[in-house]
Amino acid sequence: MKANLTTYLAQRGVAKAPGIAGKPRRGLARRLVPLGWGLASLACFIAVWEVCWAAGWADPLLLPPPHIFLRNFASQAQYFVPTDVIGETSSTTALRSLVMTIVATTLRVMSGLVLGFVCSVTMGVAIRYFRLLGNLTLPTITLLAPISPIAWLPVAIFLFGIGNAPAVFMVFISLFFVMTVSTISQIDNVSRTHLHVAAVMGATRAQTFRHVILPAILPSLFMVLRMNLFGAWMVVLVAEATGVGSGLGQVVMLARNTFNSSLSFFTMTLIGVTGFAFDVALRLIQRKVLFWVPNNGLGGMK
Amino acid sequence: MSLTEQPVMQPPLATCTGVGKTWQTDGAPFVALRDIDLDIARREFVVFLGPSGCGKSTLLYLMAGLEQVSEGRIVCGGAEVTAPGTDRGLVFQETSLFPWLSVGENVTFGLKMQHMPKEARRRVAQEILERVGLSEAIDKRPDQLSGGMRQRVAVGRALALKPEILLLDEPFAALDVQTRSKMQEFLTQVWQQSNVSMVFVTHDIDEAVSLADRIVVFTARPGRIKTIIPVDLPRPRETRNKAFHDLTDHLTDLMRDEVDRAFAEQERVR
Repeated sequence: MKANLTTYLAQRGVAKAPGIAGKPRRGLARRLVPLGWGLASLACFIAVWEVCWAAGWADPLLLPPPHIFLRNFASQAQYFVPTDVIGETSSTTALRSLVMTIVATTLRVMSGLVLGFVCSVTMGVAIRYFRLLGNLTLPTITLLAPISPIAWLPVAIFLFGIGNAPAVFMVFISLFFVMTVSTISQIDNVSRTHLHVAAVMGATRAQTFRHVILPAILPSLFMVLRMNLFGAWMVVLVAEATGVGSGLGQVVMLARNTFNSSLSFFTMTLIGVTGFAFDVALRLIQRKVLFWVPNNGLGGMK
Repeated sequence: MSLTEQPVMQPPLATCTGVGKTWQTDGAPFVALRDIDLDIARREFVVFLGPSGCGKSTLLYLMAGLEQVSEGRIVCGGAEVTAPGTDRGLVFQETSLFPWLSVGENVTFGLKMQHMPKEARRRVAQEILERVGLSEAIDKRPDQLSGGMRQRVAVGRALALKPEILLLDEPFAALDVQTRSKMQEFLTQVWQQSNVSMVFVTHDIDEAVSLADRIVVFTARPGRIKTIIPVDLPRPRETRNKAFHDLTDHLTDLMRDEVDRAFAEQERVR
């Protein structure tokens, strides 16, 4: 029945059951409406803030509203230093250094995510494929999984010192255990029918893993990856604030140390926008690469 | 046609001798099947009919080699069944197509596992899909097909490995009545145009009479063969005549006791 419903929805090109979502819309309108609501939501938030400022409830030194902290772009951007020297102001053009700072942080997140995804999926599959390996490693992994990534920060610095490596390591570690455990549980939940089909069709164990189990678990793992994306962003900022000496996390720390609330909110805006763009990008990849997953909006904003 | 020219004494394709299956659930043995003796001839269409939970699907899985017998032995094509093999195709009740593969790739999944090169697989996929009347669908995705079309693809996928026997586990149970009768016609045609034996599990009496050469009626759990009813109605089978109704009435009587017993058991478990 569920399959029939999915088929029906796929044919109609609607993401939700009509009864819940109201009248199904077509084409451009369908895309624009959620965007409109997104903008409206943001506008409300900003409006409340601005009104608080205009009424004198929000101290512009502590809670500067958007029109203040976004106003002086150039003077804000000078704090975004692409070099690893703490406290130095930038000599290159403001926009360029700002972009480079964002790119540096983004690259750390991306390397950590890719590394973490590949390693944890490999690990999870290996644990289920080689029983001995599973027996030896799984208890430890389950024990290490609940440790907050923040607790790994000293370890990251002990192991990798200062630079890119500890930040990447932090993203990696925040993902690795969760995703390994998740990979294993996905493997255990692969449809028995699909496994039976593979067996009846004469697939070997290796073939079953490669051609049935892997494609069956990838969609949900990608979902887990997306859910952990925001965690990765939090962790990389902490790592940058303490262990790297550049990037958005460093700017946040600088804002804290110099009591520069405008800079703090400005950076938070950048982090929010970048993180959001990341999620959108991942969702696009998901739709292109993992086309067989019904687009049910799980964990998404639509 | 095959009935009149049936050669005198051809050895059966598959034989079950004293087959029993006992599950161990929390220490308590659960007897699913007991004392099954059954021969299946080449090109024969056998239907397993029984109330739900009577173990008819279990016997099918034992024949497929996905489960191991607890007692007795199953021989298929001269070899004892201990594991799945490509001489026995299996079609499931639920959607068993891989959603990440196109229809054509689904059909030739087994051949890919046997390392057949890609171009050759594509040709086989075309040929098979033509046989099941879906040649247009080769590049479609399974979720773009209707339930009936998907089950036709599943039958095609099982046929692609050229099995000697096709085992079908309530393949049309999830379909609506109209689609189901179309699918029965379709399956009969596929069977007549091929050399496979069919073993078809169902709890639907009309379906059993529409399809079978012989109907194996199961008792409620533990599943035993209650009786075997030969069906010699001419094909294509007309469902709206006296002979058909007499047979379904007879089977309904046979089944009633078993259904009552199965029901009583379910109530007790609850």
